[in-house]
Amino acid sequence: MSVTHPFKGVPARPRPDFECEPLDASGIGDVERRLSPIERILNNDAVRRAGVLIALLVVWELYARWADNPLLFPTFTTTLETFVHDLLDGTLLDRTRTSLYPLALGYVGGIVLAAILTSLAVSSRIGADILTTLTAMFNPLPAIAVLPLALIWFGLGIPSLVFVIIHSVLWAVSLSTLTGFRSVPETLRLSGRNYGLKGIRYVALILIPAAFPTILAGLKIGWAFAWRTLVAAELVFGVSSRSGGLGWYIFEARAQLETPKVFAGLFTVILIGLLVESVIFRAIAAKTIQKWGMQR
Amino acid sequence: MTRIEARPLVDVRDVTLQYKTPEHLVTATYKVSCQVEAGDRYVILGPSGCGKSTLLKAIGGFIKPVGGSIVVNGREVREPGPDRMMVFQEFEQLMPWKTVLQNVMFPMLAAGKYLRSEARDRALSAIEKVGLAKFKGVYPHMLSGGMKMRVAIARAMALEPDVLLMDEPFAALDALTRRKMQEELLALWDSLRFTVLFVTHSIEEAIVVGSRILILSPHPGRVRAELEAGALSYADVDTPEFGALSKRIHSLLFEEHAAPSALTPEPKLQLAATPR
Repeated sequence: MSVTHPFKGVPARPRPDFECEPLDASGIGDVERRLSPIERILNNDAVRRAGVLIALLVVWELYARWADNPLLFPTFTTTLETFVHDLLDGTLLDRTRTSLYPLALGYVGGIVLAAILTSLAVSSRIGADILTTLTAMFNPLPAIAVLPLALIWFGLGIPSLVFVIIHSVLWAVSLSTLTGFRSVPETLRLSGRNYGLKGIRYVALILIPAAFPTILAGLKIGWAFAWRTLVAAELVFGVSSRSGGLGWYIFEARAQLETPKVFAGLFTVILIGLLVESVIFRAIAAKTIQKWGMQR
Repeated sequence: MTRIEARPLVDVRDVTLQYKTPEHLVTATYKVSCQVEAGDRYVILGPSGCGKSTLLKAIGGFIKPVGGSIVVNGREVREPGPDRMMVFQEFEQLMPWKTVLQNVMFPMLAAGKYLRSEARDRALSAIEKVGLAKFKGVYPHMLSGGMKMRVAIARAMALEPDVLLMDEPFAALDALTRRKMQEELLALWDSLRFTVLFVTHSIEEAIVVGSRILILSPHPGRVRAELEAGALSYADVDTPEFGALSKRIHSLLFEEHAAPSALTPEPKLQLAATPR
């Protein structure tokens, strides 16, 4: 039987076999070599991101100096001075504490409610229908739009804030958790049931860890929504007791045309957001989904 | 498990299985009967779409038969349970959030049959048996396909199930690893003598792995033949006996029914769609 070229019909040319010793590889040096210090530093995410941050701050400082209008656009150094001043005299800490209390209540409340709703949704078809419909209705509804209603129901104060924060957290977290549960591989579900796991044990031991990447993403989004909603709500209805939160700090500073204070307030909001994202959530991710190889 | 009894360990009688897709009610098997005895390497062989995986899932307790009964070790099968451990084709069956050791321990703890220390000892010896002692602290994403499969088998074996159910466990492996895994499975069987039910669509794999081969006809699956194949292994691939048996199975599978029906793609089972 003669072998022919598949396209041209030319017989394949017979070629001799050969064997040889592998080349001497010592010329390349160590097979595994450490990267140069600069390369290793550049491979560090934190270093690169800090670089981006510093570049932004430099641009801010340069632009503010060039614009030379402290009323509209204070420099980074003035903002930093105001920030440090208000931090040291306790104003900012006090405002932050006032803000964090309803934030924590609302965030935790929203997560607990989301956990209950999604557990119902995975255990029955009607539960899933209820959750999907509710999420579709309320997720696009801005929390601030519910604030007037909250004020009528609960009056000025923490209950109203908690209500709108729960509204902003609940739907986002439920939606991502349900999506996560639904994308758990069929084999994993079957093996869980094979061990005789049912009900809440099945959800806790199989579904939640398997869906954890999506759940964590939902928690992050929920956190951002909660923080946003809180600051916005404080801006709208201002002070409830004698000391308002960070939103009220910003609002007050605007009313008195103290622009560096407005910037310092915004700066604090950003700083807390960054801190939670890059310390708390990153630590959770490193301990869980990255260690498990579910996310790189 | 190793006790030889007069009555069969797995007794499947006139089992008819149906499942629903959003549009159709599909009959997967029709009045299938078979008896598996303790220590068997029982292979269910059939073309794609003959319902062999569905039959295995029914024995696992994941699907209720519309007709007939399935009895395992004297108990009627009603729901999934750790007395019938499944080993799946996909590699996702290991829990990515647990190490190899934790993965093997997990079903023992979930079933509540063992104390933690006892489960640990059993898990360690099972991991040792499949040759992964060095990797006990490693997470599954760092293992190769063949190693994951061995962990899955260790996990199933550690629980000492009445029967091990394997759903085309080697189908996703490359040819070399598959052959190695088949040999390892046989070596494990030689030392432990468990009962295994094994689904495959490869005739060669059926002859090498199986001691009894049940042949199902295509769509819906009905019993076509049951053959003895315990004496043949990879060493006999070139012998006339192997060839003859292979040829006989081939003709049983394909000759009577035209090839097209054997080639219909297997509809994916949507177990998730039926909430429990």
